[in-house]
Amino acid sequence: MYDIIVIGGGHAGIEAASASARMGCLIALISMDKHALGRMSCNPAIGGTAKGHLVREIDALGGIMGKIADRTGIQFRMLNKSKGPAVWSPRCQSDRELYSEEAYKVVSSTKNLEFIEESAIELVAEDGKVKGIKTQSGRFIEGKTVILSAGTFLNALMHTGLRSTSGGRFGEKPSTGITESLEKLGFEKGRLKTGTPPRLAKNSIDWDVLEIQPGDENPQPFSYQTNISEFPYLPQLDCHITHTDPDVHKILEKGFNKSPMFTGLINGVGPRYCPSIEDKIVRFSEKKSHQLFLEPEGMDSDLIYLNGFSSSLPAEIQLEAMHKIKGLENVEMVRPGYAVEYDFFPPHQIDNTLETKLIQGLYFAGQVNGTSGYEEAAAQGLMAGINAALKVQGKKEFVLKRSEAYIGVLIDDLVTKSTEEPYRIFTSRAEHRLLLRQDNADRRLMSYSTELGLIDKNMYKEISIREGIITAGLDLCRNTKLHAKVVNEYLELSGSSTIESSETISKLCKRPETQLKDLLKLDGLDNNPNFNSLINNHNALRQVEIELKYEGYMKRQQEAVERLEKYEKLKIPLTLNYLTLKALSTEAKEKLDRVKPRSIGQASRISGVTPSDISILLVYLKK
Amino acid sequence: MLDDEDTIIALATPAGVGAISVIRISGPSSISSVDSIFTGKKKLTDASSHSIHYGTIDDDEEIVDDVLVSVFRKPNSYTGENSVEISTHGSPLITQKIIELLIKIDGVRIAEPGEFTKRAFLNNRIDLSQAEAVLDIINARTDASLRGSRNQLDGLLSAKVNELRDILVSTSSFVELELDFAEEDIELIDNSELIKRIDKIVNEIDILLSTYSFGRVLRDGVNVTIVGQPNVGKSSLLNYILKESRAIVSEIPGTTRDIIREEITIDGILFRMYDTAGIRTSDDEIEKEGVIRSRNAVKNSDLILFMGDVNLLFPEDLFNELLGLNKPEHIIKVLNKIDLKKDIGTDADVLISAKTGEGINTLFESMKNRVFQNSDYSEQSAIVSNIRHYNCLKRAKESLMNAEKSAEEKMSGEFISVDLRTAENSLAEIIGVVTTDDILNNIFSKFCIGK
Ligand SMILES: Nc1nc2c(ncn2[C@@H]2O[C@H](COP(=O)(O)OP(=O)(O)O)[C@@H](O)[C@H]2O)c(=O)[nH]1
Repeated sequence: MYDIIVIGGGHAGIEAASASARMGCLIALISMDKHALGRMSCNPAIGGTAKGHLVREIDALGGIMGKIADRTGIQFRMLNKSKGPAVWSPRCQSDRELYSEEAYKVVSSTKNLEFIEESAIELVAEDGKVKGIKTQSGRFIEGKTVILSAGTFLNALMHTGLRSTSGGRFGEKPSTGITESLEKLGFEKGRLKTGTPPRLAKNSIDWDVLEIQPGDENPQPFSYQTNISEFPYLPQLDCHITHTDPDVHKILEKGFNKSPMFTGLINGVGPRYCPSIEDKIVRFSEKKSHQLFLEPEGMDSDLIYLNGFSSSLPAEIQLEAMHKIKGLENVEMVRPGYAVEYDFFPPHQIDNTLETKLIQGLYFAGQVNGTSGYEEAAAQGLMAGINAALKVQGKKEFVLKRSEAYIGVLIDDLVTKSTEEPYRIFTSRAEHRLLLRQDNADRRLMSYSTELGLIDKNMYKEISIREGIITAGLDLCRNTKLHAKVVNEYLELSGSSTIESSETISKLCKRPETQLKDLLKLDGLDNNPNFNSLINNHNALRQVEIELKYEGYMKRQQEAVERLEKYEKLKIPLTLNYLTLKALSTEAKEKLDRVKPRSIGQASRISGVTPSDISILLVYLKK
Repeated sequence: MLDDEDTIIALATPAGVGAISVIRISGPSSISSVDSIFTGKKKLTDASSHSIHYGTIDDDEEIVDDVLVSVFRKPNSYTGENSVEISTHGSPLITQKIIELLIKIDGVRIAEPGEFTKRAFLNNRIDLSQAEAVLDIINARTDASLRGSRNQLDGLLSAKVNELRDILVSTSSFVELELDFAEEDIELIDNSELIKRIDKIVNEIDILLSTYSFGRVLRDGVNVTIVGQPNVGKSSLLNYILKESRAIVSEIPGTTRDIIREEITIDGILFRMYDTAGIRTSDDEIEKEGVIRSRNAVKNSDLILFMGDVNLLFPEDLFNELLGLNKPEHIIKVLNKIDLKKDIGTDADVLISAKTGEGINTLFESMKNRVFQNSDYSEQSAIVSNIRHYNCLKRAKESLMNAEKSAEEKMSGEFISVDLRTAENSLAEIIGVVTTDDILNNIFSKFCIGK
């Protein structure tokens, strides 16, 4: 009997298996092909706006995604660097093959973790409790808990033009049976779709005419544990940019009558933020040109991923249209773009621990919950793994608050709002955005991962020391004044107005033109022993600078967090029968009954639940 | 979102009934808030539970009214929280003024219907059956707000606020777009355009805010104070209007001590008429109190009938004093007793006889015109008539000004967004919608996003 059975070895599955195994549980990882672990089925990239935040958080919690990405990245960039620190987002291009290999290495070297190369076809439960799974070969595998992270494989259908093949990824079989057994247990399912663009032969592209998009000069790793002196591990490559034009659009339009989307063959709902090229042409007809990125699939790979050209039109139309694009006039299409349709389980059916409300011990993570993206999947996998392990060990659940992490925002959004399209994380989804930065994920989360045993204690010790330096540093900067004659020259040089007599470092630091490290060079501070540890700890210095520069805004967000906290603490029993509360509006009754929120705070975020409904709930809860 | 940590305030006695009005305040900062505008023998913050204190409510050194204040400490109050009751002399002008003074204090707001009782229940001060009654009240309010458009005033306002919120959402979308979709080749809004958009919303909010005094009048009635020397016929005018003698009519100057009020409706607008003791210095203690009270009444009036006697010299000094207390456009000069003398030389606005009724209709007409004149009201204008809405708009404006400041300082979008979102929430409070996904939805529908 296994402690935890993980179905699916995608980005969610490997995080779940790896974390729970390291927490001391015995894990069975069920996957059709163990060499397809952590496969990147869509674009060969990790991170991006808000997704990069997730990767940093996963890493701070002891997950594996950041480490694998650091090992296999062939281009690293920090997005949004011209903006404030809260929206800086790390992103990398990955070598697709190496990524899977590295994932296999990490997972196979984990103790307590067994691979079972099979296909799960049925979930077995009894009296509302999970018992295990049945596999295609007829085997019954017993487990105390089961984490379903089957990605886009459930009853998957791939479409190119009017031809459809069953399968979740090119060349891979779908997984059938699981959905049906879950429906029998009472779960509600839905259908989503996602698309992928064509893959091109590298040597058939006219590279000289394309615009180059290079990586950062000083690439930064995702993982707190990556040794910066060895980083980057791989040689770094460029991406390239090209554009569509009206001629291209005209050719694509020819294929609309053979589009599985427009002819109604596909019923699944696609993501609005990642539309197919045909969707873009139809919905934004006024736009004459769309930007396309040519991304290498790997260091030695002959494949190029045409990001921005996701399509399910017939292959010949895709090729004909590409031949009109600058640089692609003679391109060879190794594989056409296609759309994948798959089953998901609307996520109001899970709790914030990712355990299903219907079946005890059953957890859903990743695309089965309606999310898109590797990072979103990995974050859920990690949290499901941790929570399943805690449950097996009879310990208290682990739930992150919206004010603590993007992971908290992601899961809370899923649970309270459910989703009708593939869910992607955005920075704008986080109401406490200024506090949830990629630069402070360790400060926010490492105390948890240390306690959970997912991170080396020494790592945390380092953080505690740094926290001390930060606190002392803030104090020093608030209480140390610089005189006009010392600072004015620097102010003038950096284009800031000069001062009359003297001013504290913290006030001077608030000016957009100044930098803390420069201010600390003045007045002999760099030789002042008090300032030593701050000046020498680059990371602490940056945290102090951010806290000083944006103090007013952060304080306002912090206050908002505290105001809302109270409502998060007001718990609602899952057994509350909303339908009998006659004072509630009909809409609120239905919505509350569907979601079964855990707290008043969560209830207030459900759309259609009004402030008066909340008042009524408060009164009933007092009964 | 409701908030138990707020201190809430409301009139406890029905508006316009009885000689004494009671204002009830409950919540953590209730005692200190009242204390900050109260002058008495003792600080209220030091007062024990169930103690009563005599003193005055002051607005910046100036006395608003003399009051009795009862202090109740938690858990032994109606709500179970710290609370205070202020008993005033019943003039709605005064109670309104006191409530306005208190909600200016941070953390104090107007109570929602049933909120005192709800708090009482939550703090175990009342039982289940009483609580059920509260649910009904809250429920009734839900129904009312569902039928919101039934009320023309609210309907127009919520349409306008909705429109402003839409503009704000689309403005926010531009800001967010730049943050979440940095990689896309989309046209971004430049800083000056952003400021222009925010400015536009602020201007619209300003216009709404400026309708409040008129809106309040439409909803709550116009407060009219009759001012004049003793014996010019103030009480007689009231009596004539009402055909009942509630004010004491007498031949002895200075006996109309208390403010006496009556209500009349002219073409659908409610006028609340107050007779005062006249603005006059006096050594008589009781008289003095009356004088203070009437000065405040005059200050807070929407309209003043300045009354003179055709037989007497026009009291210039009294009129000048009046001008120091209220705006000239709020004052109507009325000369009374034209039945006694026909050749009148003074430049009065209206000539009447409170005895024969001559000129009274002209007076009504002129009162009504003044009300409309002071506003750009048209049937289709959105008008703010509710203090809660007014406060939400004011907060929205403040947040927008902060956002504008951030934009002017060229701060990155996520900082501007902090205040734009707060403003959005303030507007949403007026129309009772709570959604967070509007910005993203707007982005998805308006911009071609996605590589
Ligand atoms: N002839 C005449 N007498 C009036 C008129 N209005 C009031 N009076 C008399 O003037 C006196 C004072 O009136 P009152 O209403 O008490 O004056 P107040 O002190 O201003 O309230 C009373 O004797 C009234 O009867 C009027 O229009 N014509």
